[in-house]
Amino acid sequence: MDFLRPASWEEALAAKAEHPTAVPIAGGTDVMVEINFDHRRPEYLLDLNRVGDLGEWEVGEESVRLGASVPYSRIMEHLRAELPGLALASHTVASPQIRNRGGVGGNLGTASPAGDAHPALLAAGAEVEAESAARGTRLIPIDEFYTGVKRNALQPDELIRAVHVRKADGPQQYSKVGTRNAMVIAVCAFGLALHPETRTVRTGIGSAAPTPVRARTAEDFLNAALEEGGFWDSGKIITPSVAKQFADLCSASCNPIDDVRGTASYRRHAVGVMARRTLTWTWESYRGTRRATEGAA
Amino acid sequence: MPATGAPTKITQGSPAKGGIGESTLRPDGTLKVTGEFAYSSDMWHEDMLWGQILRSTVAHAEIVSIDTSEALATAGVYAILTYDDLPTEVKNYGLEIQDTPVLAHGKVRHHGEPVAIVAADHPETARRAAAKIKVDYRELPVITDEASATAPDAILVHEGRDDHHSGHVPHPNIVHRQPIVRGDVAAARERADVIVTGEYTFGMQDQAFLGPESGLAVPEEDGGVHLYVATQWLHSDLRQIAPVLGLPEDKVRMTLSGVGGAFGGREDLSMQIHACLLALRTGKPVKIVYNRFESFFGHVHRHPAKLYYEHGATRDGKLTHLKCRIVLDGGAYASASPAVVGNASSLSVGPYVVDDVDIEAVALYTNNPPCGAMRGFGAVQACFAYEAQMDKLAKKLGMDPVKFRQLNAMEQGTLMPTGQPVDSPAPVAELLRRVTAMPLPPERQWESSEGADVRQLPGGLSNTTHGEGVVRGVGYAVGIKNVGFSEGFDDYSTAKVRVEVAGGEAVATVHTAMAEVGQGGVTVHAQIARTELGVAQVTIHPADTQVGSAGSTSASRQTYVTGGAVKNACELVREKVLEIGRRKFGSYHPAWATAELLLEGGKVVTDGGEVLGDLADVLEGESVEIEAEWRHRPTEAFDLRTGQGNGHVQYSFAAHRAVVEVDTELGLVKVIELACAQDVGKALNPLSVVGQIQGGTTQGLGVAVMEEIIVDPKTAKVRNPSFTDYLIPTILDTPTIPVDVLELADDHAPYGLRGIGEAPTLSSTPAVLAAIRDATGLELNRTPVRPEHLTGTA
Amino acid sequence: MRVNFTVNGRPQEADDVWEGESLLYVLRERLGLPGSKNACEQGECGSCTVRLDGVPVCSCLVAAGQVEGREVVTVEGLADYARQRAEGGCATGAPGTSLDAAKDWRAKGTDSRTGEGAELSTVQQAFIDAGAVQCGFCTPGLLVAADEMLEHHPDPSDADIREALSGNLCRCTGYEKIMDAVRLAAARQSEGV
Repeated sequence: MDFLRPASWEEALAAKAEHPTAVPIAGGTDVMVEINFDHRRPEYLLDLNRVGDLGEWEVGEESVRLGASVPYSRIMEHLRAELPGLALASHTVASPQIRNRGGVGGNLGTASPAGDAHPALLAAGAEVEAESAARGTRLIPIDEFYTGVKRNALQPDELIRAVHVRKADGPQQYSKVGTRNAMVIAVCAFGLALHPETRTVRTGIGSAAPTPVRARTAEDFLNAALEEGGFWDSGKIITPSVAKQFADLCSASCNPIDDVRGTASYRRHAVGVMARRTLTWTWESYRGTRRATEGAA
Repeated sequence: MPATGAPTKITQGSPAKGGIGESTLRPDGTLKVTGEFAYSSDMWHEDMLWGQILRSTVAHAEIVSIDTSEALATAGVYAILTYDDLPTEVKNYGLEIQDTPVLAHGKVRHHGEPVAIVAADHPETARRAAAKIKVDYRELPVITDEASATAPDAILVHEGRDDHHSGHVPHPNIVHRQPIVRGDVAAARERADVIVTGEYTFGMQDQAFLGPESGLAVPEEDGGVHLYVATQWLHSDLRQIAPVLGLPEDKVRMTLSGVGGAFGGREDLSMQIHACLLALRTGKPVKIVYNRFESFFGHVHRHPAKLYYEHGATRDGKLTHLKCRIVLDGGAYASASPAVVGNASSLSVGPYVVDDVDIEAVALYTNNPPCGAMRGFGAVQACFAYEAQMDKLAKKLGMDPVKFRQLNAMEQGTLMPTGQPVDSPAPVAELLRRVTAMPLPPERQWESSEGADVRQLPGGLSNTTHGEGVVRGVGYAVGIKNVGFSEGFDDYSTAKVRVEVAGGEAVATVHTAMAEVGQGGVTVHAQIARTELGVAQVTIHPADTQVGSAGSTSASRQTYVTGGAVKNACELVREKVLEIGRRKFGSYHPAWATAELLLEGGKVVTDGGEVLGDLADVLEGESVEIEAEWRHRPTEAFDLRTGQGNGHVQYSFAAHRAVVEVDTELGLVKVIELACAQDVGKALNPLSVVGQIQGGTTQGLGVAVMEEIIVDPKTAKVRNPSFTDYLIPTILDTPTIPVDVLELADDHAPYGLRGIGEAPTLSSTPAVLAAIRDATGLELNRTPVRPEHLTGTA
Repeated sequence: MRVNFTVNGRPQEADDVWEGESLLYVLRERLGLPGSKNACEQGECGSCTVRLDGVPVCSCLVAAGQVEGREVVTVEGLADYARQRAEGGCATGAPGTSLDAAKDWRAKGTDSRTGEGAELSTVQQAFIDAGAVQCGFCTPGLLVAADEMLEHHPDPSDADIREALSGNLCRCTGYEKIMDAVRLAAARQSEGV
């Protein structure tokens, strides 16, 4: 095993180009477990800790460009307003120690369906900034990023530099089920974002299909129901039957398995419950904001 | 050169009297908070090698061949040993039945069984070499439950058994069977106005001690070996290790290293023999440290169980009879299964008066992971079942569940189902009264000015509810656990106590082989020495095999038995000291000859309080050292057909009230409070007593809602050997645990004390389950209860 | 490979490090600092918690090569670290943390003679006094995590303590005495202000 220590992004890209099998390591919270337990012996470890700008973020007009190695604890602290869903998701990641090291780049690189960030990214809308020495930068839409169980759209010579997450234009929520009250891998997870500017709702589901997925049928149903009912304008309470059908459609969009963490049947059920609850929470928040705005006007 | 991390003496002075009954602080506390305390995995020796074990990847198979040639050729590899390299005819070990191969011989019987061992200059070298060993397995069908184990054509897990249980078991795949019959169940059943039955399942729990199995074996010049290891019983290890090495016991020196928790999981051997074999083969010190993955294969677990119960009761709430059958899965090797069967059967009634019983407990041989000792030891599984039954009965009778239990509670003088009278206080009704009397925690604690605090809700940080679907429930349970080794076992401990003058002051040294695993035995030994010898400074000698056996740190027995041995040795030392005093100073004061004399505050005093002289003056130029064995009252075996017999020496009782909040839609549970009341006889160290009760309570919580080793029934392979998927409670899963300590002396025990470590683990689990049933209205006949069981999605 | 970094204020050099080794292994097996514990090696128990450039991390999940040139504080250096923080000599404290906050530790252990002369930090002493130590295997990691929390939140609520320590498993105590110890340390710190 070789340990590559590039001092800059350019060196890192060059190293990855030269050694496409090199395994990038940043927070180490996935890679080191595999090494410690003898599950993986990469030929090269590519340390990204010395590439300083991976730990930085920029808040732009439309989106936040989040460096791949920004630790979850910093997202929780500093990006709660811009990226509320991802901040909530970050808070559910493992333990404080892990949140101090792990970042979204690692979650994307591993592309485990159980990665905590995925549902929040799917719901908010995001693009993954990947780069290679040979072909430069490309932006991969998050909906096209997850290609299979622990597989993603990256080429062997590419590294994730950042993820561009759309700034919240409305309330976002995130829930995750685990069988412990802290430090737990998702049995399943659900992210939901209201986008009042486009009058749409987006979702993300974790650990309930081979890849993180959006519940598109449920989104389409809800978008239509909200539009037809004039909910965005009236800000009235979402009809229970609409919420229920949305929840049922979210459940139906799962394709889960039975494993040691939970049954497929439970996962489907829990996603439905989380869908209904997060819709209620975000919608209540949206109504509250509307009332406050109207009150001020 | 000596091994780095070898334990040293710890001397503790005490500003106060520091005797029994005080919350004296741990003598090893400073070392433990500074990182200096050396655990077995911290041992280091110049030039040491690392040992690695190759374990079976299948549960049941014939070994066709093992090829180590490529592995041996790896640079940095010093030795690879398989069964064929074992040096003597003794190739098995075991606590009671020597059925466990040191290295697999022709067959593996469970997933993760040791097949070969490697010594190399770096752990990674050893791992890579182990990976190169080629083992050709021919897989056999797996036996995973009672039906497959006792089928007429079942493959025998162990062919040709000749152990002392083999003659009376109904099938060779049953390790041991213990029936208990008393009274006339058929007649009693006629008197019952209500009958309640239940079939209960208890999952496989892991001790999950944090310090992994580890140790260092150092070859010695005389051809022997010195093993530094974390264990629960040095002498039991020694008895099993030496014959396999072909060494007399005095050539195998054992020293206890720091032990990172045990809970029963270190009663059986793990890496001990392997490290010694590699050290003796290579002539170099060998260190072995399991990682967490390996640890799940490296020790026995709590027996999973199926429990079939039938109780009857009269309309006015009196229990009429009990019929029950308890099937414990012992896995591939016997370990402590026979004793667990004895406990499960004899304690299956619980702390209740039931005169007519028909009980049977068995342990199976299967290809599942071996199971053995874990805190509560057979009594835990039974308590889960009988307490569920009590709630069912109370409900059917329309009675309050606590009052129903109190109505049937045993007391001093009650006969156990074995016919043995309970001859010390049994305050079962009182403990229930005490937990019931504690104020209930406030409702809806999650509500705050800033909205719901998810940390106080089911799901915790995962943000699954802000109060939706959350229902509170309250449940009660009480349990009975035997203390000390039972069924006629000669359960003794040895203590060596010395007093001498150092720096002008009389000081004491206590030397035992007691395994300090965190319970605080070292604290208590110093307290006993201070109380009995009136000294301030006490040195605790490292535990090793240079002194006689102290028995096991298990069965809640150490304070009772080794504490008793320390007290006894101190009393003998005191007599000798007083003899010296009489010889030296008797002529100066008549009280030396006539009065009852005590040692207090470094002085010899009469029982009237008159000071006769300084202990230091008496001991000037002399020291007194005595090593003596001490044993509790003898017990006897249970009759193999009727289960009758005075099998136990003492009992320990605890009661719990659990308050839970359940997210009934998602099936997530938050335990809000687990109140405990326990009779401890006499609290030698109240701070430690409360710590034991809270720790035991939490392990019971764990197996109520999350902890389970999951074994694939098709392959008998362990599916979750990691802390990612075997979950133990975090600080956010653990509630406040108010403890009410009752002290009713057992006159048969030293200072009236009662063993305390296990009882709280029993009743905690059924109390939590009862609370979840109260919240959800579900029947819930298995533990741990998982979200799918609460949501109908299992 | 060779790795140079600072541990508890002292420059350290580790040679012949295998590239897959963790910081934990290097501390324990190469630098003679076994205080950080090896309970799970998968980031699930927190017993190996150290501060890496001031931030609590699981040292089992930091590759040794990643600490080149960086600063590590382990349980062995915790008392010194706390003392320097109180004296204002340590720059890693967060803004808003009172430099006097940790002054109330005791000059020496009251108990173990072998530990005598060892100056303990407030949180270390509180763990002993509150009975928060049983087997002690989780203790080093808990101490590092608890000390860091009190540095940032000198007056935590119970829920804050539980959240901050939710990455540190303990199997012996049921956590109640650990809660007591952290509350005690917080109280002693605030008295010292």
